[in-house]
Amino acid sequence: MLLREVDYARPATVDEAIALLAEHDGARPLAGGQTLVNVMKARAASPDVLVDLVELEELRSIGFGSDGRLEIGAMVTYAQLVSSSEVEVARPILGEVAATIADVQVRNRGTIGGNVCVNDPTNHLPPLLVALDAHFTIRGADGERTVDASDFFQGVYLTAVGVGELLTKVSVPPAVSGTGDGFAAVTIGKHGTCIVDAAASISDEGGVGSTEPLESRGAGFADARAGAVRVVLGCVAPTPVRATTMEEGLAGAELSEAVVRGASEGLGATLDPPSDVHGSADYRRALAETLAVRAVLQAASRRTA
Amino acid sequence: MGTQPASSLAVSVAVNGEQIEEEVPARRLLVHFLRDDLGLTGTHVGCDTGNCGACTVHLNGEPVKSCMLLTVQVDGAALTTIEGLAPDGELTPLQRAFNEHHALQCGYCTPGMLMSASALLERNPHPSEDEVRVALQGNICRCTGYVNIVEAVVAAGRGSA
Repeated sequence: MLLREVDYARPATVDEAIALLAEHDGARPLAGGQTLVNVMKARAASPDVLVDLVELEELRSIGFGSDGRLEIGAMVTYAQLVSSSEVEVARPILGEVAATIADVQVRNRGTIGGNVCVNDPTNHLPPLLVALDAHFTIRGADGERTVDASDFFQGVYLTAVGVGELLTKVSVPPAVSGTGDGFAAVTIGKHGTCIVDAAASISDEGGVGSTEPLESRGAGFADARAGAVRVVLGCVAPTPVRATTMEEGLAGAELSEAVVRGASEGLGATLDPPSDVHGSADYRRALAETLAVRAVLQAASRRTA
Repeated sequence: MGTQPASSLAVSVAVNGEQIEEEVPARRLLVHFLRDDLGLTGTHVGCDTGNCGACTVHLNGEPVKSCMLLTVQVDGAALTTIEGLAPDGELTPLQRAFNEHHALQCGYCTPGMLMSASALLERNPHPSEDEVRVALQGNICRCTGYVNIVEAVVAAGRGSA
């Protein structure tokens, strides 16, 4: 397919990339290209200048910040997330979910930065990163700022990254004692596009038992009372939706199946999801409750000792 | 290099072991560079939307879809296309397994299937059926129903092609 003519630049540093993005109207960063190249083929977007981030090695690293958070460079691919020992240790759900995005070929090219900056409502990572309380570091000519997930995702294909700015990294807190994460989706075919997805994260923070030593919790620890529970839905609105009423219902609760199901009741009615060939709005409302329950129960079953 | 925007770029890329230097328009998709500029028409265009995998090639050893890459993005890389799998004309064990297990009918998806499957066998020489199915998720076949393709790859891994 013939693309519209486009100019291309390959900066050697993040500062050069930011300068190029600021200098040229209609400039867009190019990460793995697994969305942008297709969008250009369809001429749904026609950037004038592509600023290829391929040589920016500092955006490809996975490590830990001085505050202990797991830091993932914007150019880290899904395949890297899947095979990273740091991710496996600190927040394995990220690798697990990345392994279900699209297919091998796309996972070899697609990046975490591209996934969140596109913020397609069906993308896996935006709801998951909201559940994990991710922070997003954005660099521009005036320096660096960090925004949290609730401020980052602003609309379909719209994020806090402004003109002349670049997302450089995403960070999440490492799992600590009592943390558990879950993700559930109904997709179009295995590993296909999500029809509805739900992410959940449980932490002991502020929880009933948070000061209790682990040993005293006994064998039933996985079912112990939760501290804070985050439940986030994807595909039901332009940006990820936190199920705040369900979260409040679960805070400090015993996370039995009956309790979690009870807390999910009424969640669907609060949503206004789209109808399309894959599912009506009502079907998505029903899926939202079911998947929120599955995600929370998975998170509860995986709480670390 | 390349720090100022330009509508074309001098690209240096190794294709099936041969070093190629060529000025390439920024908008040229890799699959068209391979097929139209280099004449390597074994890499097929199926859907042109990144779904079907017929255009799969190896980029530094990893399978990627060449319709979702600009040629300028692979500057400096090493590519292998279907033509590079058996450069001397003698079929690889994987290709023989496709033959013996009747893993193709019309053959249109076959180059992409072989590139995905050969990349799998490189990193996992004895894959299970499930592993083969995950590895071939990004390759669509409209003829075979996949059963014989999966059998062929598993057999090639067992060395019993």
